[in-house]
Amino acid sequence: MTNLIDIKGVTHAYKTPKGLLPVLSNLNLSVPEGEFAAVVGPSGCGKSTLTRLVAGLMKPDQGEVWLHGKLVKSPRKTVGMAFQNPVLLEWRSILDNVILPLEIVAPSMPRAQKVARAEELLALVGLSGFETKRPSELSGGMRQRASLCRSIVHKPDVLIMDEPFGALDAFTREDLWQTMHDLRTKEPFTAVLITHDLRESVYLGDQVFVLSGRPATTQYVLDVQYPGQDRQRKLDGLYTPECSEMLATLREQIKIAQGRHPDAAGH
Amino acid sequence: MQTFQKIAVPFIAILIFIALWEFLVWANNWPDYVMASPSDLPAAYSKFWELFLIGSWQTLWRTVAGLALAVLFGTLLGMIMGFSRIARDGLYPILVGFNAIPKATLVPVLALLFIGQHNFNTVLMAFLISFFPIAVSVGIGLSTLEPEYRDILRSLGASRFTIFRKIALPKTLPEFFGALKVSVTLAFIGTNLVEIISPHGRGLGALFLSGQTNSNYPLMFAVLIALAVLGIILYYFVVLLERIFAGWAERPQQ
Repeated sequence: MTNLIDIKGVTHAYKTPKGLLPVLSNLNLSVPEGEFAAVVGPSGCGKSTLTRLVAGLMKPDQGEVWLHGKLVKSPRKTVGMAFQNPVLLEWRSILDNVILPLEIVAPSMPRAQKVARAEELLALVGLSGFETKRPSELSGGMRQRASLCRSIVHKPDVLIMDEPFGALDAFTREDLWQTMHDLRTKEPFTAVLITHDLRESVYLGDQVFVLSGRPATTQYVLDVQYPGQDRQRKLDGLYTPECSEMLATLREQIKIAQGRHPDAAGH
Repeated sequence: MQTFQKIAVPFIAILIFIALWEFLVWANNWPDYVMASPSDLPAAYSKFWELFLIGSWQTLWRTVAGLALAVLFGTLLGMIMGFSRIARDGLYPILVGFNAIPKATLVPVLALLFIGQHNFNTVLMAFLISFFPIAVSVGIGLSTLEPEYRDILRSLGASRFTIFRKIALPKTLPEFFGALKVSVTLAFIGTNLVEIISPHGRGLGALFLSGQTNSNYPLMFAVLIALAVLGIILYYFVVLLERIFAGWAERPQQ
């Protein structure tokens, strides 16, 4: 089976005034095409560095990042990104915010086609009728929905998400999890989701990667066997014994990850 | 109703200000060489209306020219400081130091550097006094851009220029206009400094000076009011531009 994302033996350190700060150490992570990888780990363990590496925004000191069988050396147009902060542009309408990546990736595409594509996605996430609104007129959950639309409008191979639901309240978050599944059914993509929420990782992920404390390495990989396994996972599934067992395993692994560097947050 | 209120409130405020001024002069029984009253002014305007028109025009165009230079140079300097840490560290002390110098002391320097170039000197002074806020605000606006904003475009392979044009520039506009409003009033001060201090000046500043030499006190106050009116006009012109180009930054009123 070919992997769409292959991270092989990546090691990276940041230069700080106090010397080198190693964040990733011999990290391996593979995601087959169309699969959804959730990455969990203790705070400050280098998860965001991982997203920047996959996006080609930086190069690792050692090791290789492969996308689609090609070595990643610089940013490529086939990546979509979403962050905890929706980073919508206040001076643009919701529609024009979603169109933004198309202006970079497909500048020659006729405007009508861009609009049609954006409207289609906005409808998928339940934002029909909000196209002309400004971001400031929308709620936090709606802004994050628009941000998700923007991250996949150019049909990227890989969607990289860095805690996209972290700032939302619990119910809005669950709504967005379901939206995420709907999007995946209609717009197949390979995804890497960085998260702090173990339930989120189990509900959304096909595989859950647990990273160790800093410097992070792949400590544990969980193959998610979601109850009633099919594309449309049900939220109720999270409250079954199978899920409880997976969550307990992950919880245990996080404890081990934290234990390795009890003062990891103190840096 | 709202538009009426928007025009009526400032208008009434000005009327109250004039009435208070008139009352203070009357109550203290000040002669016009201490403080002219508003009722002295119409006579000054009607007597010298031609000089006022010419002087206002000269002051206005030189101020606007200086301001235009300040916008160009200030934006450029702000971009350099916003994008380069080294430039920021190197330029800030010089800029702050330069801004702390009383600009009146530069008038003789400029007069000797560019002898007889009155228009040029005036525009230059308006520029020198007003570029600082623009450079600082553009610099801060660009250097505080959250990295995520850059990353959403950079991850798609967008060039630095595209990122600047599509994100950094529009995002900095509200700060830019805030600074421009400060710069408008500063530029007037620069223009008038040269007009008043340098011999054979032109513009409203020179008219003020001739009022002084002829002990025509109402004329001097009339010049000050004319300057204030020009300042208000130019300020609201900037507000208009801000509405057009950065109106999105205004929160809708509840």
